Amino acid sequence: MKGYKIIVLAKQVPDTRNVGKDAMKADGTVNRAALPAIFNPEDLNALEQALRIKDKFPGTTITILTMGPGRAAEIIREGMFRGADDGILLTDRAFAGSDTLATSYALGQTLKKHGNYDIIIAGRQAIDGDTAQVGPQVAEKLGLPQVTYVEEVLAISKGFVTMKRRLERGVEVVKCPIPLVITVNSSAPDCRARNAKLIMKYKHAKTISEMQEANDDYLHLYNDRPYLNIKEWTVNDIDAVADELGLTGSPTKVKKVENVVLQSKGAKVITSSDEDMDQLMRELIENHTIG
Amino acid sequence: MNSVFVYCEIEDGQVAEVSMELLTKGRSLATELKCKLEAIAIGYKLDGIEKDIFPYGVDVLHIADDKRLAPYTTLPHNSIVVKLFQEEKPQIALMGASSVGRDLGPRVSSALHSGLTADCTSLVIGDHEDKKADKIYTDLLYQIRPAFGGNIIATIINPDCRPQMATVREGVMKKEILDPKYKGSINKLDVSKYTNDTDFVVEMIERHMEKSKVNIKGAGIIVAGGYGVGSKENFNLLFELAEVLGGEVGASRAAVDSGYVDHERQVGQTGTTVRPKLYIACGISGQIQHRAGMEESAQIIAINTDPEAPINSIADYVITGDVAVILPKMIKFYKANTK
Repeated sequence: MKGYKIIVLAKQVPDTRNVGKDAMKADGTVNRAALPAIFNPEDLNALEQALRIKDKFPGTTITILTMGPGRAAEIIREGMFRGADDGILLTDRAFAGSDTLATSYALGQTLKKHGNYDIIIAGRQAIDGDTAQVGPQVAEKLGLPQVTYVEEVLAISKGFVTMKRRLERGVEVVKCPIPLVITVNSSAPDCRARNAKLIMKYKHAKTISEMQEANDDYLHLYNDRPYLNIKEWTVNDIDAVADELGLTGSPTKVKKVENVVLQSKGAKVITSSDEDMDQLMRELIENHTIG
Repeated sequence: MNSVFVYCEIEDGQVAEVSMELLTKGRSLATELKCKLEAIAIGYKLDGIEKDIFPYGVDVLHIADDKRLAPYTTLPHNSIVVKLFQEEKPQIALMGASSVGRDLGPRVSSALHSGLTADCTSLVIGDHEDKKADKIYTDLLYQIRPAFGGNIIATIINPDCRPQMATVREGVMKKEILDPKYKGSINKLDVSKYTNDTDFVVEMIERHMEKSKVNIKGAGIIVAGGYGVGSKENFNLLFELAEVLGGEVGASRAAVDSGYVDHERQVGQTGTTVRPKLYIACGISGQIQHRAGMEESAQIIAINTDPEAPINSIADYVITGDVAVILPKMIKFYKANTK
């Protein structure tokens, strides 16, 4: 058994679950700097499913593919500390402003270029957009079947993957031929912790840009230990049509953004009178807390 | 004028609730745009399904009926919708933001290179001026949705690509029959012309619908109750309010220990830590263990008979009074202000 070639699609996201008082700027825009950048939670659930396949089928390799700015290499290292083998950072100004479709196009072209995959696994959705679109759209770009909302990969045998899906109102067990795209739910098991040995092994893993900024002391390592080289691809490394990328390649445009008021203004004491209750519900609807 | 299309989700031969809500919305959009409302139903044994669909004001119903089309799997439904949209060229296409719609929508939008906005909370027709291109677009679909964990509300448009696609969650739009006698026409699709054999590679081995797991961690709104709620029966009020607001019910340890609700709903140090947009604490005194699990909620409403309850110190709104009186009023005035 030579194992499977798995690609995990992951995204570095601002931690929107942990929005503090300074998360919004005075002008109503999001202060990204005030939010910690994290490994998108459901992408970690996806990584765990990939790691379980690797546990069961020796010889399996896991490559993390992420699109984002240079610092997104952090999540590739994070994945390596937990058991991924390598990663590709797709980074270029040309991708800026991509909606889900332009993102899927860029990821699709990257996967076509890279080839060499049996199973592509992604989190169901990213917490900064919650759209759940990129997984199915990548599947369409590659002409592969998709299985979404997966909670557990039950078996892989004779070229087929059997999976349990968790839907809003039930569960399904489906069997799909390889290659395929899987998206994983947060109801799937959490990702295992970092492994101390892997941290030692991969702590100096870097992209070429990171190497150029780094201390010379370690530069000799990268020739001796090729596994420390995180691939960094730009638009020139994939066969992409410029019109399909970034803002130009995005059919959806943001027309307007409104801030949702988060600041606690000190407790308002109100009574249970009809007037107060009516006023309260109006306020909550107007500031988009409910409704 | 190109039509507004609604993809009708079929569950056990019935039109899904969310689809009926979207037909209602689709009708009002079509009326405003002076175009037809069309619907597509894909499944098996759909005879008579038009009786459930035409009353919402549907002018044309496209039906794809085949044994292999139920239960839903992605690829054949995708092929049918994509081909039909290529032929009919709708200006707007709506789907439920359900397990089905959120699986199908992105695939269809990718195949058609049309934009899709997920989980819209409001859909409005409006114009747009592109100053850079010096171009004015009329009658676009404004797709309004929360983003960034609910911290911003974005208005999205698709100026150039068609159809303008959007998904909407169940319960967001209101369901309303236009005319029980409304007569549309039926277009039966030849399924073999709309699908390929390769669309049927995913095999359904097992399927059972059951009650989904409680997910208070992911809920944007939590209505939580404590010992002060007083009884299991009074907790029903919390469930009602949560349902109306589209939230979940949580509880303090005291309420769980008293047997009012299941442990899976417990918020706090020994339960789940939550950070919803809105946390409504009903009859919860607010011990530190409970506060640790919810104090990062964006807004907190505390309802308590005790004006000195510790929970009040972290609340944005303090209502001193009886839960059994206040919750029905919240439901009443929420409904009054949203419809």
